[in-house]
Amino acid sequence: MSKLKIKDLTLIFGKEKEKALSLLKQGKTKAEILSETGCTVAVKNASFDIEEGEFFVIMGLSGSGKSSLLRCLNRLIEPTSGSVVLNERNITSLADLELQAVRRKEMAMVFQNFGLLPHRTVLENVAFGLELQDIPKEEREEKAKAVIDLVSLGGYENQHTGELSGGMQQRVGLARALANDPEILLMDEAFSALDPLIRTQMQDELIDLQEKMHRTIVFITHDLDEAIRLGDRIAIMKDGEIIQIGTPEDILTNPATDYVSSFVEKVDRKSIVTAASLMFDKPTVAIFKKDGVEGSLRKMRASGLTSLPAVSVDKAFLGFVYLKDLLELKAQKEHTIEKAIIRDIPVAYAETTVEQMLPFIAENGRAVPVVDEKTNKLIGIVAQTSLLIETTGASWENVTGNTIDNLQKEIV
Amino acid sequence: MIHIGTYIEQFINWLVLNFGAFFDLIKVEVESVVNSVEWVLMLPPFYVVIALIALLAWKRTGWGVTLFTIFGLTLIWAMGYWDQTMTTLALILSAAFIALLMGIPLGILAAKKPMAGRMIRPVLDLMQTMPAFVYLIPAVLFFGLGKVPGAFATVIFAMPPAVRLTTLGISQVPKDIVEATRSFGATSRQLLFKVELPLALPTILAGVNQTIMMALSMVVISAMIAAGGLGEVVLKGITQLKIGLGFEGGIAVVILAVILDRITQSFGTKKVGRA
Repeated sequence: MSKLKIKDLTLIFGKEKEKALSLLKQGKTKAEILSETGCTVAVKNASFDIEEGEFFVIMGLSGSGKSSLLRCLNRLIEPTSGSVVLNERNITSLADLELQAVRRKEMAMVFQNFGLLPHRTVLENVAFGLELQDIPKEEREEKAKAVIDLVSLGGYENQHTGELSGGMQQRVGLARALANDPEILLMDEAFSALDPLIRTQMQDELIDLQEKMHRTIVFITHDLDEAIRLGDRIAIMKDGEIIQIGTPEDILTNPATDYVSSFVEKVDRKSIVTAASLMFDKPTVAIFKKDGVEGSLRKMRASGLTSLPAVSVDKAFLGFVYLKDLLELKAQKEHTIEKAIIRDIPVAYAETTVEQMLPFIAENGRAVPVVDEKTNKLIGIVAQTSLLIETTGASWENVTGNTIDNLQKEIV
Repeated sequence: MIHIGTYIEQFINWLVLNFGAFFDLIKVEVESVVNSVEWVLMLPPFYVVIALIALLAWKRTGWGVTLFTIFGLTLIWAMGYWDQTMTTLALILSAAFIALLMGIPLGILAAKKPMAGRMIRPVLDLMQTMPAFVYLIPAVLFFGLGKVPGAFATVIFAMPPAVRLTTLGISQVPKDIVEATRSFGATSRQLLFKVELPLALPTILAGVNQTIMMALSMVVISAMIAAGGLGEVVLKGITQLKIGLGFEGGIAVVILAVILDRITQSFGTKKVGRA
């Protein structure tokens, strides 16, 4: 059961919302609606479900409507149409008092510019959400202190927030949201105002925290690297529309539109792309005992390779055989390839990342075998070429045989 | 020729005729406020009052203001204007108190409701730019002569900065803080008292300071309708062409103004408080 369901959420700014909405239903574009009614379509028919405990990232550039969409979830901005359903309850149709209760207990928000109260101390800021619920001072400060420790702010309780650095202030912002013990955490560009080093550190800490607390998080960012680091799933927005939703790897390997690919190109893929998505899953193999020396040589000749992975009859990975070794065996009139198999070769698993596989080709310039973690069966082969392309960021189209051959020769 | 004056006259007369009882009630209330403040100020001997004001100055500001307070007030006493000064102080403080009591809520309203703000602004302009003497006429018609019409005219003249600076202070509260507060489920009352007013406080206190200073500038004018105090001294100096008397009254007003200004200003700026 999904925790949060967003269905056909549309947000229009302007005076003639109704007219703009009906034009939108007729399939008119944003530009047409703007010229006809003077209304801006900020979010257009956004629909997605977020699972319990999921870290859901909405990524888009400024003006893409991502922050407006987030504000529709707790109705800081009233959506024009569509529904937001939290725990089977439609947030969009709640009365003021019920909405207030939802904001107090079920959703808490972290802001880009922190939104802290400068005239209060860290402790008072963190306890602020509880104070609004009229929870007695002692009880709320006790809870606040526990959360302050959780975000490593211990010792800063009595400082005024204005005296803290940006990173520290955002910890206060995060602690304030967590103190309410919300089911859903809404984070609006929470780390965007921080400098890069602090941002990475905060991302790491958020990941650690999330491993402990398993909240449902909706995180807004304009930075795809951040989205990929943090998100279980990512929704990419452009001009008020969600153009792709998927896991980080989905987005990187199968960008839905040119717009998405233009982002993906700039991303550091090494730590995201896995062996499973790079490998050739039906490699030519030498099957030990079934293929003899002659059979293996024939396979090599047919595929134009100088080495083959060797597997047992049940496909378990054994090692590699090389052309020169097989030729030697042939000269010695050997029939089985046993002596030519080079064993103890490092293997990758399906989820091994490019970054982790790089040392393999640095060590020995051969392809990387990918095996099943449990059964040791060979499931594919990652060619050096693929690894090099991933690492250097070159695209397949640009890589003409010549340059790659040169690279390969240098390595082998 | 259009005689707007005739209509206004008729309107004022109508008010006096129909709301006489209401004005009488206000008169009694305001009179009791002014008189109690005056009573409190006149009760202790002059040196106790000087010591208390000097203590406040010392707590809030520095040595300079404290010494000025002691010398200034002692000089006033020595010149023989202590009673008049206390009458004036009572009138100013009461009028400023009433002006703030009405001005700050109006300022909040103007900040919260743009429509109300649009209606209040021209009225404030009118109140501030209309020559202050003009208020004396309806004041006398409503309340007769004495302290109450003086306070009435003073309140009208002194209220605008309280309204304006409250509005300014509230609308200057950063939008992201307001949004964050709303996102945690704050009621509008919680938003106002826990966030907006505390953050707007320095600006509102600047308005309080301005209101008190404006009230002080009405001292001589309200003396024309027998409000008494230092204004009467100055007025006597003018009407009888006694330069010395006029200046003595004037100097006393200046001393009072400087002390009130420095002390109230200190509340708006960062605390320099001492233990």
